[in-house]
Amino acid sequence: MSSIAKPIANGRSATGIPTARLITWWVIASEIVIFGGLLAVYIMHRLGHPEWGAAAAHTNTVAGAFNTFVLLTSSLCAVLAHKAADEHNGPRAAKLLCLTSLGGLIFLTIKGFEWAKDIREGFVISSGGFWSYYYTLAGLHGLHVLAGMIIMLIVAADAAKNQELQRVECIGLYWHFVDIVWIFLFPLLYIAR
Amino acid sequence: MSETMTTESHVHHPDYVKIWAVLVALLLVSVGGAMSNIRGVVLVAAFGVALVKAYLVAKNFMHVTVEKRFVPYLLLMMIAFIVILFAGVAPDVMKHGGLRWSNDAAKQTVESGMKAAPKNE
Amino acid sequence: MNAQADHAGLVHDGAAHGEPGFFLKYCWSTDHKMIAMQYLFTGMIMAVLGGFLAYVFRMQLGFPNQNVPGFGLVTPGRYNAVVTMHGSIMIFWVAMPVLIAAFGNFLIPLMIGCDDMAFPRINRLSYQIFLLSAIVLLASFFVRGGAFGGAWTAYPPLSASGAYNLTPIGATLWLLAVALEFVAFLLGGINFTVTAMNSRAPGMKMFDIPIVVWMIVLASVIFMASAGPLIAGAVMLLFDQTLSTGFYDPTRGGDPLLWQHLFWFFGHPEVYVVLLPAMGIVAEILAVFARKKLFGYKTILYTAWAVGVLSFVVWAHHQFVAGIDPRMANIFSITTMLISVPIAEMVFLYIATLYGGSITLDTPMLWALGFVAEFLIGGVTGIFLGSSGTDIYLHDTYFVIAHFHYTFVPIAIIAVFAGIYFWYPKMFGRMMNETLGKIHFWGTVIPFNVIFIPLFITGVAGDQRRVYSYAQFAEQSRPALQHLRTTSTIALLVMLTFQIFFLINFFWSLRHGKRAEANPWRSTTLEWTVPSPPPHGNFSVLPTVYRGPYEYGLPGRADDYWPQDAPN
Repeated sequence: MSSIAKPIANGRSATGIPTARLITWWVIASEIVIFGGLLAVYIMHRLGHPEWGAAAAHTNTVAGAFNTFVLLTSSLCAVLAHKAADEHNGPRAAKLLCLTSLGGLIFLTIKGFEWAKDIREGFVISSGGFWSYYYTLAGLHGLHVLAGMIIMLIVAADAAKNQELQRVECIGLYWHFVDIVWIFLFPLLYIAR
Repeated sequence: MSETMTTESHVHHPDYVKIWAVLVALLLVSVGGAMSNIRGVVLVAAFGVALVKAYLVAKNFMHVTVEKRFVPYLLLMMIAFIVILFAGVAPDVMKHGGLRWSNDAAKQTVESGMKAAPKNE
Repeated sequence: MNAQADHAGLVHDGAAHGEPGFFLKYCWSTDHKMIAMQYLFTGMIMAVLGGFLAYVFRMQLGFPNQNVPGFGLVTPGRYNAVVTMHGSIMIFWVAMPVLIAAFGNFLIPLMIGCDDMAFPRINRLSYQIFLLSAIVLLASFFVRGGAFGGAWTAYPPLSASGAYNLTPIGATLWLLAVALEFVAFLLGGINFTVTAMNSRAPGMKMFDIPIVVWMIVLASVIFMASAGPLIAGAVMLLFDQTLSTGFYDPTRGGDPLLWQHLFWFFGHPEVYVVLLPAMGIVAEILAVFARKKLFGYKTILYTAWAVGVLSFVVWAHHQFVAGIDPRMANIFSITTMLISVPIAEMVFLYIATLYGGSITLDTPMLWALGFVAEFLIGGVTGIFLGSSGTDIYLHDTYFVIAHFHYTFVPIAIIAVFAGIYFWYPKMFGRMMNETLGKIHFWGTVIPFNVIFIPLFITGVAGDQRRVYSYAQFAEQSRPALQHLRTTSTIALLVMLTFQIFFLINFFWSLRHGKRAEANPWRSTTLEWTVPSPPPHGNFSVLPTVYRGPYEYGLPGRADDYWPQDAPN
C-alpha cells in the first residue's frame, strides 16, 4: 500500500455519514441496478416461458438451501464483526471477518460441485434459455462473493492491528447485499418450477 | 500510516444470533412450503419469505432504518428504476403478442417446450 | 461523524511526502488535478482519432468510391467500422472523459474548497481502468477483421454473430472496452458524488454549490442508475458472441428487442449524462461574463433533477420502428414530448441570466453563447423525432444524424472548448491568445452549420443512414442531392482545418502565454482564490464559505463581484 496520507476531503462529513460508509452505500446502489436489471430480465423471460419449468426442476434445491444457510450464517459473522469493531476489538473483528470469508469459500465450493454435476449431465450455459440465465445470474453473484471475500481479508488484515476499523462495517454492508441478492436468487432459480 | 478511526457506534446492536435464528427458521419454511402441491403456497413460501428475509437483513444487519434518510431513499430509487425497466420492457419481451404484432419464434419455442415436458400442475 | 470542526483551517501536509519524481508525478499521481489532465489529454487524443474517422466517411459520402487520402478505399466493411468507431469514440472516449472526468476531477475539490477527492487512490484506479479501455479499443483496429462494424448501438444479431458483422474479434474487444469504460466511470462518478456530498468547505450548504458541480454529480448518478441493466445486457451479449448462448437469438428462444431496450434504457439517460455537465459549464461562464447572478439557481437545479428522472422514461423513442407494441410507442411519445419542457426552461433561464447583464464577448463567452444557440436547434429538431408518427418517416435518415449532431457537437465540442478557454488560466497558469481563440470559434461554428443543415435537407428527402455508397443503393437516397453531401464534406474539411488554431493556441500558450493571476475573470467561485495553477493540496488555508456562488453586480459594493469565501 502507498504511504499517501488521507486527504482532508476524506475526513469531512457534511452529510453526517462518514465517507467510507457513504461510498459503500453508493456502490451498493450501483449494484442494485446491475443485479436488478439482470433479475428483471430473467423474471420476464421466466414468466413468458413456462416451459422452462422442466429445466428448472434439475437444480438441486438442497444444495441451494444449504448455500442460503451458509450465506446467512456468514452474514451473522459479518455483523458480529461490525459489533466487535464498534467495541474497538480489532482482533476479534478480524477473526469474525475471516469466518465470514470462510463462509463464502464454502458457498463457492458447494456451487462448484453443483455446477460440475450439472455440466456432467450435459447442462451447460448454452443448453437453453433457463440454463443461460442460471449460469449468468449465479456466476455474476459468485464473482461478487469472490470479490467480497478478497476485500474482506484485506480489511481483516488491517483490523487485526486495530487499524481502519471503520472499514469492517463497510465490507459487512457489501456482504449483506450479496446475501440479499442470493436470498432472491434461491427461490428464483431453485424453487420456482 | 493510518490512524485508528474511532467509530462511535451510530447503531444499537441487537441480539444478532436471535435474528439469525429467525432467518434460518424462515429458510426452512420456504423450503417446506416449496414442496407443497398448491401453487399459491409455493409462491408465498418462496417469494414472500424472501421479501421478509431481505427486510430483516436490511433492517437488522445493515441498519438501513437507522441510517440518515437519504440512504433508504437512494436504494428505493434504484429499485424504482428497475421497476420502470420491467414496465417498459416486459410488454415486448415477456408477452409474445400484442396490438398488431406477434412473436412467432417465441410462441413456437413455448409450444414445443410445453409439449415435450407435460406438467402436472 | 462531523470531522469538519477538527480539520477547519488545517493544511494538506504536502511537505510530508516530498517532491515526487517524474513517474510518481505524471503517471502514478493521486492528485485530482493531474488525473484531470490525464483524462483531458487522453480525451483530446481520442478526439483527433474520432475527427479523422469523420473525415474518412464524409470523404466517401461526398466523393463516393474514390481513394480517401490518408486512408485508402472505403469498402462497405471499412465504412461500417469507421462509422461505428466514430460514434463510440466520440461518446465514450471524448465527451464523457472530458466533460465529466476531466472537468469533474479538476473542478470539484477546488470549487467545494477541499484538498482532493475523498478517495484519491480510487480516482487513480478509475483513470487506469479508463486508459486500459482506450487501449483495448485501439487494439481492436489491428486485429484480424479490424475494428467492430456493428454500429455504436451494437444491435444483435449483427453484433452477436461474427458471420454477420465480419469483425468477430473486434466485436468482442469493443464490448470489453465499453465495459471497462463503464467500470471506470462508475468508480469515478461515485467518488465525485461522495466528495461533493461530504467534503464541502464549512459554510457551503447544498444551494451554495456551483451549478457545474451539481451537474457533474447528477450526471454521475444518472449514469450509474442507467448503466446497470446495460452492464447485465453486455455480459449477455458477450456470452452470445463467445459461448454460443442465445440471449438475443430468436431461433434459440431469445429476443433481439431485449438488447435494444437494455441499450436505450441506458442510451437515453446517457445523452443527459453528457448534456448536464455541458450546461453546467455554460452556466458558470454566462454568469461571469454577464457579471450577473445566475437566474433561478434553484429552478435550474430542480429542473435538472426533473430531467434526470424523466430521462428514464423516454428511452423507447429510439425504437418506434423496431416493432415495439404501438401502445408503448404512444406512452413514450408523450413522455418524450414532456422532457423537452424542462430543457427548454433551462435555456430560458440562461437567457434570463443574460438579460440586463454587462456582457463582454471574450472567447469563453462566445463559446457559451454558441452552445445556447446551436443546442436550441438540436433540441427543437428532436421534437419531430419524439413524435412516433413523424419518426416513422424520419427514423434512420440523415435528419436523425443532423439532430443529434446539433445536440452532441454543442455538448462535446462547443461546451468543452468553452470550458477549456475559461479554465485554462487556472489549469496551466497562462492566458490563451484571444485573437486565435476568436478565429477558432468562428472557424468552428460557421462550418459546423454548413456541415449539418444540408443533412437535415437530405434526411427529409429520404437519405438513409449507414449506407456506404448510394451509387450501389440508389433507392436509399435522393441522387439529385449529391451537391449537398459534397458541400457538407467540404465544410467538415474547413472545420477540421480551423482546429489547428486551437492546437497552436493551446500548446504555444503553455510556455509563452501571458502569466495568469489567480482570478483573471474576476469570478466568485473558490477555484479562483488559489494560485494559477493550484499547488498540491490546493488551499494554503482551507476556506470557509459565507454565501452562494453567483454574487455579481451588487449595488453599494466597491467590486462587482463578492467571492464566496470573503468574510465581508
